[in-house]
This record gives sequence, C-alpha cells and structure tokens, in this order.
Amino acid sequence: MNGVHDMGGMHGLGPVAYEADEPLFHARWEARMFALSLASGAWRRWNLDAGRHQQEVTPPADYLRLSYYERWYAARTALLVRFGLITANELAEGTPASGTARQVPPLSAEQVPVGAARGNSTLRSIEVQPCYQPGDTVRARNLHPTGHTRLPRYLRSRAGVIERHHGAHVFPDSNAQFLGEAPQHLYTVRFTAREVWGEAASERDAVYADLWESYLEPA
Amino acid sequence: MSSHSDHAHDHDQGDVPSDMELRGKALETLLVEKGLVDPAALDAIVDTYENRIGPRNGARVVARAWSDPAYKARLFADATAAIAELGFTGSQGEHMVALENTPRVHNMVVCTLCSCYPWPVLGLPPVWYKSAGYRSRSVIDPRGVLRELGLDLADDVEVRVWDATAEIRYLVLPERPAGTDGMNEDQLASLVSRDAMIGVAKVAPPAGSNRP
Repeated sequence: MNGVHDMGGMHGLGPVAYEADEPLFHARWEARMFALSLASGAWRRWNLDAGRHQQEVTPPADYLRLSYYERWYAARTALLVRFGLITANELAEGTPASGTARQVPPLSAEQVPVGAARGNSTLRSIEVQPCYQPGDTVRARNLHPTGHTRLPRYLRSRAGVIERHHGAHVFPDSNAQFLGEAPQHLYTVRFTAREVWGEAASERDAVYADLWESYLEPA
Repeated sequence: MSSHSDHAHDHDQGDVPSDMELRGKALETLLVEKGLVDPAALDAIVDTYENRIGPRNGARVVARAWSDPAYKARLFADATAAIAELGFTGSQGEHMVALENTPRVHNMVVCTLCSCYPWPVLGLPPVWYKSAGYRSRSVIDPRGVLRELGLDLADDVEVRVWDATAEIRYLVLPERPAGTDGMNEDQLASLVSRDAMIGVAKVAPPAGSNRP
C-alpha cells in the first residue's frame, strides 16, 4: 500500500535525532511491550509479514505521532483482537471474560533462547529457475498494490542492475494476506543515485534494495 | 515538521507514557491471566536483548575479520555461516550479508519501510535508526545524513545505501583504523562501535595511538 510507512525520499520528516548513550529501552513498558509482542507472536496466528502490515495500516497521522513502541502496542492489540486471542471488551476491561478457557501452554522461558537462536528462515526451495543473473539490467515494475508490499515507491519504474541472487524467499505480498508463502527468487538490485533521484545526486552513489522477482521486469 | 520528532522524542524519554505504563501493564495482566503469555518468558526475552544480544556480538565478528584473513574471506562468501561460527544466529539474522567499507567505498544500512536490523549481531535498533528522519533521508541524501551524524565523506568516495527491504540483514565491516597493528581481537573489538557497523561512523583510532 502507498502508505506513510513507505518513507524513502520524503522530505520534512525531521532530523535524525541522534541520542548519545541511548538506553535499549526508554521505559520499562517498552521492554515489556517488546517481549509481549514476541511472546504473543509465538502462537503463530499471524506471520511476520502480516505483523508488519498491521503497522502499515495505522492511520498516517497516528503512525507519525506515535513513538515506536506505542505503534507496536496499537498493532499488536489489533492483531490479538483480530485473531480472537482476546476480545476488544477484554482489552478495555483488562480482565478475561468470565468462562473463557486458558490457553496452554504459552511460550516458556526455556524456549526463548532456543527460538531466538534458531530464528525463522524465509529461504525456500522452488523448482522454477531464476529469471535473472547478476549483471542483468532490470526495471522495478510500476506496481501499486493496496496490500502489503516490500517494493518501495521511490524505486518503482527505476532501472537497476542485479547485484546478487539470494535464492527463493517467502513472498511478503502474499504471506501478509495469508494467501500462502508463494516463494519467489529474491535479488539485491543496484540503482544508481542519479537513476532514482536525478542529476542533482552524486554520480558515484547508489542505492541497493532486496526485491522479489515479480517486482522486476527486464530492461 | 520537527514537532513530530520532538513529540516522539518526548515519548521516548519516558516523560509522557505513564498512560502507556498502565496500558502495557493491563495488556500484560490480561494475556497472563488468559494463559497466552508466561511472565517468566517475558523476563527471558527482555534479558536476552538487554544482556545477551547486542553490538558487542557484531564487534567480535569485525575483530575476527580484521585479524584473520581466512575468516574475512568466509564472511564475504557466506556471512550467515561465518557469523554462526562465533555463535551468533537466529531471529532477524537468518540471512546475513557483510559489506566492506574501504577508503573508496562507504556502505550504510537503512530500512525505509519499517525497522529491519540484524539483531543477532547488533541487538535491537536505536530510536534514531527507526526515526522518520533517518528512514526518509538516508536514501535520498546519504551524505547529508552522514554529515549530520559527524561523518563528512569526500566526493570521490562512493556511497552505497542498502535498504533492507527483505529478510537479508546487513553488517558493515568498517575500515580497521591505524595504530592497531599489535592489538588482539579483544582489544580490537573494544574499538568497534554499533554506528560503524550500521555504516554511519568510522572506527576511531585507539586513544594515544600515533595517528598517521
């Protein structure tokens, strides 16, 4: 979706606001919110891509106004309600509705380091051969899907060169909508700064992005 | 427009969110009472990212690559496997790629679409990396962003900005500074900053070294 989350190249969104000696969390609730997000995600009612998309549908004014973990709170509570792990009423009341069964077992402390160290690879084996090889010239297609996508607006219709092939990976546009993993070949593509930003950009500089095959066409 | 970031900054300082403390606590209580989360698991997650996983891990990788040419070759052939040799694997680092900074090429990493960051080697990202200012500007004006962060690159340096749009995660191998020839890996690792591994800083020579 052409949302405010797709920020690459926008102006006026403020300074970088670097903070020296920044703490990992600025308040304890941020740490708990981070942990709640990971622990509730372990029920696997949604996936990584659906989780990202839930953030993207935050109303634009809220997206820009909320702090990072406030946005996590909004997105995670929306997912918990949407997938029936809690009800909106329970969230408002802060207590379980009477008669609801306890879900067991939740993610345990022992599983935390195991899961963190294992991760979730998105690499998949597919039969179809890659369309492109390193060195091939491609163009990012002029796509404007209304759902989740990882093709940033600033690269659409721009030509670049395949830098590297990463094998086939879960396709976020499909996975976020629970339409299946639909793995596709994934490539790093190099775009010159001038191709993307025009003649005012440095003639030396370049932007690289990791793009799925269906985002690309031969150029 | 700076009011956006100022406002967010206030939140991040913990001045405002007493409301968020309450809402977070209420959510945690609800999920625990429903059996959806175990408080001990929450403690373990926080402990993992506060105490066990962070930029010191990435600094070990950099120090090893600076010290051991064969390791460096493996890092550029298969970064995921080379980083796993040091015990750093898993969530948000499943598919690693290393980028080498040289006097001619400077790499920096951003996630314009959200906040993708290589957790196993750098931990969780700082607020500025997730800020709208960094996400929006680093692709269109990388040299301006780097200047703002204190790194002024010459015109003849090629700047490569890596937008982490998929599950590939990037670790920048900074240039080894002068004055470190006799240093062992522990000493080298102590010099390497998080920012140098994101690509928004260089590694400073050790204090007291004879700078060239």
